[in-house]
Amino acid sequence: MKFFKPDQYTIYYKGYPKLYIRVKPIFWWLKKWTSFRFILRELTSLAVGYYAVILILIINAINQGSETFQDFQSWFSSPLAIIINLIALALATYHSITWFSLAPKAMVIQIGEKKVPGFLISGMNYGAWVVLSGALIWFFLK
Amino acid sequence: MTSNITLEVFRYNPENDDEPSFQSYAVPCNKDWVILDALNYIKDNLDGTLSFRWSCRMGVCGSCGMMINGTPVLTCAKFLKDYLPGPIRIEPMEHFPVVKDLIIEMSDFVDKLKRVKPYIIRKEEQPLSEGEYLQTPAQLAAYKQYSMCINCMLCYSACPVYGLEPEFLGPAAIALGQRYNLDSRDQGKKEREDVISQDDGIWQCTFVGECSAVCPKDVDPAGAIQRYKVESTTNWWKSVLMPWSDK
Amino acid sequence: MKKSNEPFWWAMFGAGGVLSAFFIPILIFLFALAFPLGWLPAPSFDQLEMLTSSLIVKLFLFALIFLSLFHWAHRFRFTLYDGLQVKHLNELIAVLSYGTALFGTVAAGWVLFFG
Repeated sequence: MKFFKPDQYTIYYKGYPKLYIRVKPIFWWLKKWTSFRFILRELTSLAVGYYAVILILIINAINQGSETFQDFQSWFSSPLAIIINLIALALATYHSITWFSLAPKAMVIQIGEKKVPGFLISGMNYGAWVVLSGALIWFFLK
Repeated sequence: MTSNITLEVFRYNPENDDEPSFQSYAVPCNKDWVILDALNYIKDNLDGTLSFRWSCRMGVCGSCGMMINGTPVLTCAKFLKDYLPGPIRIEPMEHFPVVKDLIIEMSDFVDKLKRVKPYIIRKEEQPLSEGEYLQTPAQLAAYKQYSMCINCMLCYSACPVYGLEPEFLGPAAIALGQRYNLDSRDQGKKEREDVISQDDGIWQCTFVGECSAVCPKDVDPAGAIQRYKVESTTNWWKSVLMPWSDK
Repeated sequence: MKKSNEPFWWAMFGAGGVLSAFFIPILIFLFALAFPLGWLPAPSFDQLEMLTSSLIVKLFLFALIFLSLFHWAHRFRFTLYDGLQVKHLNELIAVLSYGTALFGTVAAGWVLFFG
């Protein structure tokens, strides 16, 4: 019995009735929407890792010269790549949204007797995210 | 005339059963009844052998926690009519061993609670003649939320990590450790860190967040754990990069 | 009392989480979808080459890649524990995930600074 160690409490458990232990199924996270959402949030790390690898490959292709770079670019136009990249984009966006919405939990600022409300801290994060993304688009289009 | 609602209740009798079963009871769905009232109706009128814990019936004692349709709640705080048309599935709190019917074994939690030293620790007690330890409203506000915990253990039932890793110190114990760490009168932070900032303490938490979602007192244990992680990480890097700052 | 090593990994998980939350969605959108598919006018090869030859851009990309990889490694390690109950393979999974992240970091350093 991994959960409960009666020997620690022998004094209380002399003649104690037998306990019923419930075991968590492996796919416990499929049983409830909130659990599934949690695993989905954790799996966004795959998109983050995937794009770190893609960045390495893009930089490598740029180093190799414009022909290799063009070959690599055309791979992005294949249907499979488009599907993978759309899923990665969706997951990465979900990562950003959950990350910023949970930020106030780790960052508590108290001014006097009042705590700065969480939505202000998340809001600042979301705002910075939008501004940064916009700035990058502007930078590449100008 | 009030209609009936069906309660499917988890039954387990350690003297006769190897496996639990579910028993259905039809109870009147009075609009001002909570689930605990329905269980007491069963106990008084339908089946006296049903066992469950309860005491204050007003959300203060924290003893009537159960799984209702798979979610841990205080049964004194949920109205029957909100579950119409039913049936309502009632199980003992998840992740704990079952003693009988809806009663769980809680020694594991009590043991963990003791380990975080949930009381004010002073390096040296100030003599009585110097009066009480004073605290400003702002200092009170720093920990007040965490002091609302009633030890109902709903957060342990909601936490999948605790269900998977029983060694995990768990939400309420860590939040209560934080309650004393953030108390201006307390000086026991270092002692608690040896228990809380461990692999089976905060570092087992993957921030599922369900503990805070089910907490009937808005203690927000998930938040308490994340704050502790940030602080503990800062201290760790400080002690690595600036060993002399570690006294 | 034994000191936990988790703060070391968690710090990289957290830093990588912040950087990737800010930059990864827009970078995927631009470089994996919008530019190659012609949704937006793509910068020329020469412009990109010039951009990636600047030291500040190199350092930024290195930090982004390195921390994103360790963010993945740490989070994925715990996802395996939570999702598949394989905590008994703790050491193996830790070595494989952090090892992969380290390998990727070395590769990123190579293509950025020696490529």
